[in-house]
Amino acid sequence: MIYISTFLNGLTIAGYLFLMALGLNLSFGLMNIVNMSHGTMYLAGGFIGWTVLSKTGSWFLGLLMAGASMGVFAFVEDLLFLRRARGNMTMETLITLSISIIGADLIVGIFSGRTRQVKIPKLLQGAFPVGDFYFPKYNLFIILFAVFFGIIFWFVLKKTKIGMIIRAGVDDQEIVSTLGFDIKLLFSAIFTLSGILAGIAGMIGGTFQNLVSGQDSSVMVYTLLIVIIGGMGSFEGAIFGSLIIGMAFTFGSLLAPQFSQFFLFAPVAIVLVFSPRGIFGKGR
Amino acid sequence: MDARKALIIKGLNAYYGKAQVLCDLSLKVHPGEKVAILGRNGMGKTTLLKAVFGIGGVKRQGQIVYGEKDCQSLPPHGVARQRIGYVPQGWRLFQALTVEEHLVMAYKKADGPEEWTPERVLATFPEIGRRRKISGTKLSGGEQQILAIGRALVTNPDLLLMDEPSEGVSTMVLDRIAEICGQLAEQGKSILLVEQNLDLALRIADRVYILVNGSIVHSAASSAFKDDKEKQRAYLGI
Repeated sequence: MIYISTFLNGLTIAGYLFLMALGLNLSFGLMNIVNMSHGTMYLAGGFIGWTVLSKTGSWFLGLLMAGASMGVFAFVEDLLFLRRARGNMTMETLITLSISIIGADLIVGIFSGRTRQVKIPKLLQGAFPVGDFYFPKYNLFIILFAVFFGIIFWFVLKKTKIGMIIRAGVDDQEIVSTLGFDIKLLFSAIFTLSGILAGIAGMIGGTFQNLVSGQDSSVMVYTLLIVIIGGMGSFEGAIFGSLIIGMAFTFGSLLAPQFSQFFLFAPVAIVLVFSPRGIFGKGR
Repeated sequence: MDARKALIIKGLNAYYGKAQVLCDLSLKVHPGEKVAILGRNGMGKTTLLKAVFGIGGVKRQGQIVYGEKDCQSLPPHGVARQRIGYVPQGWRLFQALTVEEHLVMAYKKADGPEEWTPERVLATFPEIGRRRKISGTKLSGGEQQILAIGRALVTNPDLLLMDEPSEGVSTMVLDRIAEICGQLAEQGKSILLVEQNLDLALRIADRVYILVNGSIVHSAASSAFKDDKEKQRAYLGI
């Protein structure tokens, strides 16, 4: 039974990490940017959501504001900084890294370094029995939320013209621009979207695990591991990578807690040996 | 929609970093005209087409005007939106997209019966029509060339820039490419073709320019150049 509950917990972690990975992966695949400020957006989103929740009492409004505020943040980051360095990968990475460092300090400055517990909304409190243990409703909500977003993204990416343009842009953005599509606008939209997803993941993950300063870097590392395992720019990769990291995290902590970090990094090493571009990665 | 626009390039210098590739290049493609740029490898043919769009890291000086618009003041998508289509060298298809998706994604509506829709391209080229659900990059070389041309056609361009369409394709496909170019010209569309394949260039083009080391050294009507074996030998080594 313990294995089933560990599996379900793994799924839950995979759920909110998937939201993170989806955004990071899209901006990574399309813009060739390793957005090191993605984790900052997670934590800042979580804290903003927590603030809105404490002022208004509405968790869902908090979720909305977490996404919206980080969407604006990402849009501004792209507009003011990244656009000026487009194509210069070192500069772009340095910009996002700087923002992550400044952001981490700002978060401590504004929200203090104390751990914050985000209260689960009434609607999602409680648990229901699965065999002889109880599975929290909120965890199920995270899983369903991730599945819901996954389906919407799958549909948009695979079935709509905008999705085709995004997939084509991952392969060859220059040719996409010669077909009359404004690649800058597409970049802005995707980067903003990845910010929204990070903010939402921050509120959801923060409610699951509390908000702790320093979490920005740990979540960033997990998300990077997912992208490396799954493959740059791959939707399927984001799903599989999240599942592998979610399971490695929970089963690693259960079976050999002293090796839990090893369980997280081992799959990455294995994937890199056999498929350096990730399981679903493509050549470029 | 006004298809009566000329492409005028005047005194164009193009660089990759500090290396100059095109040198004081001038040419004109009149509305409805089919023009070929001939030249051996490494003479700057591909750079010329990239310079029109401002892609591939090419730095430009000089004038590139299409109709009233200065192409250098436009971003690449802005140039494309002037109804300029581009068939790149090496096809550059999208691995993540099926044959059909390439066409659906690139499709820009145009008025009139001569409009190229994804369905029309697939019907015109049954060899790719039959394989519409597979990734574009899984096609054979000739089929990839056709798809790259189809992808440019569905943008319904008034001016089509083609970079070595003869590369890697069979004689039969070459015939079809020549035929399509003929059809486009009948509809008043212009074509600027860069080619090494003299035969194809002479079949398609009304006029040819010879590019040597980044400069135009000769221009002539195709019919005249066809018979001018001496110039062919001098400039193209044929």
